[in-house]
Amino acid sequence: MSEQTGQGGPHIGTTVVAVPTDVASARTPRRRRSKHRAAWEEPPSVAGQTVKVVVLAAVVLAIVFPLWTVVITSLSTQAETIRAGGLVVVPGELTLGAYTQILSGGIVTRAALVSTGITAVGTVISTVVSVLAAFGLSRPSSLWHRPILFVFLITMFFGAGMIPTYLLVSSLGLIDSYWALILPGAVSAFNVLILRNFFMGIDQGILDAARIDGAGDWRILGRIVLPMSKAVTAVVALFYGVGYWNAFFNAILYINDNAKWPLQLVLRSYVLQGVTLPGSGVGQVDVASGQVTGLPVQMAVVVLAIVPILLVYPFVQRHFTKGVITGAIKG
Amino acid sequence: MSLGQTLRNRRDATPSPDPVAEGAGAPAPSRRGRPPVRKLSLRTRLRRDGALLLMVLPAVALLVVFAYVPMLGNVIAWQSYSPYTGFVDSPFVGWANFVRVFSNPLFLDAVQNTLVITAFQLVFFFPVPIVLALLLNSIVTPRVRTTIQSIVYLPHFFSWVLVVTVFQQIFGGAGLINQTLREAGLGSGFDLMTNPDTFLVLLTMQSVWKDAGWGIIIFLAALSTVPPEQYEAAAVDGANRWRRMWHVTLPALRPVIILLLILRLGDALTVGFEQLILQRGAVGADVAEVIDTYVYYQGVIYGDWSFAAAAGLVKGVVSLLLVLGANKLAHVFGESGVYRKS
Repeated sequence: MSEQTGQGGPHIGTTVVAVPTDVASARTPRRRRSKHRAAWEEPPSVAGQTVKVVVLAAVVLAIVFPLWTVVITSLSTQAETIRAGGLVVVPGELTLGAYTQILSGGIVTRAALVSTGITAVGTVISTVVSVLAAFGLSRPSSLWHRPILFVFLITMFFGAGMIPTYLLVSSLGLIDSYWALILPGAVSAFNVLILRNFFMGIDQGILDAARIDGAGDWRILGRIVLPMSKAVTAVVALFYGVGYWNAFFNAILYINDNAKWPLQLVLRSYVLQGVTLPGSGVGQVDVASGQVTGLPVQMAVVVLAIVPILLVYPFVQRHFTKGVITGAIKG
Repeated sequence: MSLGQTLRNRRDATPSPDPVAEGAGAPAPSRRGRPPVRKLSLRTRLRRDGALLLMVLPAVALLVVFAYVPMLGNVIAWQSYSPYTGFVDSPFVGWANFVRVFSNPLFLDAVQNTLVITAFQLVFFFPVPIVLALLLNSIVTPRVRTTIQSIVYLPHFFSWVLVVTVFQQIFGGAGLINQTLREAGLGSGFDLMTNPDTFLVLLTMQSVWKDAGWGIIIFLAALSTVPPEQYEAAAVDGANRWRRMWHVTLPALRPVIILLLILRLGDALTVGFEQLILQRGAVGADVAEVIDTYVYYQGVIYGDWSFAAAAGLVKGVVSLLLVLGANKLAHVFGESGVYRKS
């Protein structure tokens, strides 16, 4: 190896590659060099590239394909699913019938509205409370800073447990109240610490300057810190929002009245467990074909549960690394 | 202890004395040598930090009500609690509930299932994000890389209900695979969703599908901190692709890998609760009953509140000890410890 270094070293940056033993290097001049590849990097071997492409394609396919069949099935006619014997992979006869059926009132529509409301109210409450707490904890010299920080940290290491929490919520009279789906999990110490970390990384000189100009803490938070923290706040809001939208078990615990069910519970009962959805034909057996009917409707409910996430995701996704990792890794 | 230590590190890391500590006006250098901040009177500090305290108040109030009051509620583990007599009037029974928990074969089964699932996922789930991250990191075209990243992160944001539903549609008795097998005339008995023997595999497949992609984010971040010059220097010194991975890339990942491993050990008693409760009915309690689902059924379903609270408390305390132990272990490895989880 060291001998090769002597030869390869001076040529770096020209056509010669650092490791002449690489089989592919013989073909280097004929290959188009990727502009993203550093000059010292050996060109990829054909076998290596093939393996890489195959593995990554398989990974992407494993994620995209199930979603594809679900979407296509939700857009197919009942006849199409019977012809396919179940999920439809190749789109045939397409219709929006399943969507008009679940969105024209009834259980699914109501559940979607309930979920939307809980998610909207919950996300606003959680994000506001967390941003305030994070800023309130961002000055280590402030009064009672350490004991308050411990109040947050301890909840990350010791949970009270399901039973006492349930008994508390029920003795507060929150059973069958939407607040039971919001308040118990409204503050996540983890998210507060992500925000706090980011706030603490803000150049103190700027804050000092504002203070000299007479700005109080509220104004500093609103006018300086928040505008500088849009990305991390968006990521934390997404975490909270996705949490509220996806939560299903707290609804099992606290919501007995199925008129108040959120969408995830409807998804579980009528799709996963195949309970008959009144008025939709879902779960009933078609006498003629022997098939369970309503598969497109079931898949439309699945899609309905994904759509809000797909809508928000692209806007927040590019901030993940910036917002989360800078927060979490330094943590 | 560990918390205190990390907190101390944290304070050292922040510029001290705090530039804003004494309010506006004074330029930083002149403050050196002055008495420490805490010599200020309480009233002065209250006036100075009152706004901050007010900001923390709502979050602290929520945590006190919904996290700390329930912690006290664990007192029913030493009672024979009934909803009709309440916390105050229910008789105390000493350690009887804990004795019942530990002598209950179903609880011990649940503990065993939990540990088996944890161990299985440690072997078959944990390495997947590392391999994926290395693979993704070796893609040089930024657009291809970010596109794949956005796709593999996505399932992390799906609910467990949705993931299990999608799996049922593919691997269930009425699912796509069985449907294809039937058409090909290869029998129609394929149903992964109700087969207890393959349940561990199913659970791990679901976890990998949902979270392995998201898991790479932390490894990619660690990889991005490696200065490119190190690769160049290694290449110039004659290290080929594999040797560069071994001597440059993997050492950069080592701290993250150790940290996550230790965190996972500290979390050994917690396995995806929603994932299991959704499928317990289909595959049966023999393989799908874990500590959390056991506590739920004993308490909320069967109304044996004190017994369930005792079982839950055992889990909480053991988990706490595991986290603290894991944290110690992290320090042994020279890592900064569990607190980095935040």
